[in-house]
Amino acid sequence: MASDTTTTQLAVATAVPEAAPRTPPISVIGPIAWMRANLFSGWISTAVTLALAYLIARWVIGFVDWAFINAIWSVPNNQTQACRDLRGTGACWAVVTEKHRFILFGTYPYEQHWRPALVCVLFVGLYIVSAMRRFWRKELALVWILALTAIGILMWGGILGMPYVPQERWGGLPITLILSTFGLAFAFPLAILVALGRRSKMPAIKAICVLYVELIRGVPLISLLFMASVMFPLFLPEGMNIDKLLRAQIAIILFAGAYLAEVVRGGLQALDKGQYEAADALGLSYWHKTSFIILPQALRLVIPPLVNTFIGFFKDTSLVLIIGIFDLLTAGKTAIVEPAWQGFGVEVYITIGLIYFCFCFAMSKYSQGLEAELNRHRRR
Amino acid sequence: MVSFRKSRGSVIRAAVLSALVIGSTFAAAPASAQPQATATLDAIRARGSLVCGVNTGLAGFAQPDSQGVWRGFDVDYCRAVAVALFNDPNRVRYVPTTAQNRFTALQSGEVDMLARNTTWTLSRDTSLGLDFAATSFYDGQGFMVKRSANVEHAPQLDGATICVQPGTTTEQNLADWARANNIRFTPVVIERIEDNISAYLAGRCDAYTTDVSGLAATRAAQASPNDHVILPEVISKEPLGPAVRHGDQRFTDLVRWIHFGLVTAEELGITSGNAAQAAANDQRPDARRLLGRTGELGAMLSVDNAFMLNVIRAVGNYGEIFNRNLTPIGLQRGPNALWTTPGGLQYAPPFR
Repeated sequence: MASDTTTTQLAVATAVPEAAPRTPPISVIGPIAWMRANLFSGWISTAVTLALAYLIARWVIGFVDWAFINAIWSVPNNQTQACRDLRGTGACWAVVTEKHRFILFGTYPYEQHWRPALVCVLFVGLYIVSAMRRFWRKELALVWILALTAIGILMWGGILGMPYVPQERWGGLPITLILSTFGLAFAFPLAILVALGRRSKMPAIKAICVLYVELIRGVPLISLLFMASVMFPLFLPEGMNIDKLLRAQIAIILFAGAYLAEVVRGGLQALDKGQYEAADALGLSYWHKTSFIILPQALRLVIPPLVNTFIGFFKDTSLVLIIGIFDLLTAGKTAIVEPAWQGFGVEVYITIGLIYFCFCFAMSKYSQGLEAELNRHRRR
Repeated sequence: MVSFRKSRGSVIRAAVLSALVIGSTFAAAPASAQPQATATLDAIRARGSLVCGVNTGLAGFAQPDSQGVWRGFDVDYCRAVAVALFNDPNRVRYVPTTAQNRFTALQSGEVDMLARNTTWTLSRDTSLGLDFAATSFYDGQGFMVKRSANVEHAPQLDGATICVQPGTTTEQNLADWARANNIRFTPVVIERIEDNISAYLAGRCDAYTTDVSGLAATRAAQASPNDHVILPEVISKEPLGPAVRHGDQRFTDLVRWIHFGLVTAEELGITSGNAAQAAANDQRPDARRLLGRTGELGAMLSVDNAFMLNVIRAVGNYGEIFNRNLTPIGLQRGPNALWTTPGGLQYAPPFR
């Protein structure tokens, strides 16, 4: 031991080019050590690990067999006999190959499908631009207005040589994106106002806000959609019809608004009273105080529950299937109504699930990043 | 301070009052909303297209194909009406409706007619503000069993377990039929149709019951349809047909006589292929009246006299519509055969 130390000191003293730092023995760090510590630490642990590894491997092999090796990717002319002959041993992705345009765009005129496709691209672009902090300027509002106008023009058409497409022919992914984007874009400001109103000292405003939140939260979204779709038209004079999609959209905005309001109120309550008093001491007006001091802090606190609600609502838009609007999920379900393709639901649902997952996972990842960035000061 | 409180209280009171007033106006509105008479035809003409309420997706009756084009038995009725009005089968806007919102859609004027496999019953006819124009399809509840069970007639199902959807007339019909025939059975009640079918296929129940059209579609979709048998007994009456708003007789008449015209065309052997030729050469008085060569029958319905000729050329006669949409899903003509066939119920009053 002593001689070792001397050698090292000697080596340093003679200024030999610096030796590569010696790594600890492989039994202490690295994947092997990790496995030893966590997976094979005792005989019970080893047995459980091996049993689970066996089950997982079997399942993965089975899934790969089903989804890739035995799968049929396309069939000619709706002749699904080849798929049926598999008898469940392989996936029939032919249903997705055949129906993917219907699943994505519903009953939108086939030769005009580039329009909803462009709308989806616009939506994704809008999300990406809005997500980048360097674009958080006043001009962003203008970008949103322009993009949403372009989306409206593309979907409806009727000008610039694009034939008019009535709303009942819209379907698929654009419907899901429209309902959730417009829903959350309008519900969020509404929610902030309601949350502030609920903490207001003015009794009428407070009463209205409490009534709104409790009424909307007291009923399921399905019954609100029913009201919008079944009851509301009866109140209108004969011949006057408000678009079905618009009615559903308003129901979703109202519903999301009530839930988001409670999330925002949670942030307002979590904020230290000293912040309010300090702002008052500076002589700021109510709106200055709220927009410069209170909301930036309160909203930062509630990013996780906000995103939670956003993701929830993105998926809740699929409930419009009960009022006959073809969103992504309904279009998928309708695609397998045709007798030739009945019984291949799993493949279609997996595809739709993947699309939903992409959007929800992106939202979740982004919110984690945002949270880390905005809360940097707390981790000093 | 006191007066301040008072004003607070009055603000709340005013808010509640106004909420009540708004609420009651809304509540009173549906009672005063009366369907306007004979406006439908004018509205359709002014709009330039027929708005047709269809199912959101039912094999054979209404379903969009891979290109998003609506096809099916009910859809062809929409197309037929559009042809009669505009001589163009594409001037239809299809509004998908669910079982829950279909009647509201018709009442509120969102759609002009419902071609959505709706059963004609007394209470629907009288209390929902709608009229059934005709019976385009005679359906009824039946049973499907596995061939290996060796069941040939429904009464042999004594002691069987039967898969059925809850809360529908299907469940009541089953109970009524069992009581009337002194049959004991164990119901397996499952909410969704798809789950019902998989339960039946997995052997959780001996028989599966729903409307015969649904059974046929399910059977046709199986890998080997011959392993399943639809029993000949039909235990309920489900006449399905297009419905229109009550109080607009001109439009009701038009839809009704288009259906009768389709049936008459089959009776006379006039098809989409030979209609144009028949219009020129057919000397039978019935055929000449149907195709608008003699008489003013179309004008009486305020459409073109040759409206049935156009309809038949565009969508075919009743038999062609049936064969195109319902034969592929494994349905037999059965009660939907012409009255001239034994067991057939499709009968049209004279076209004169």
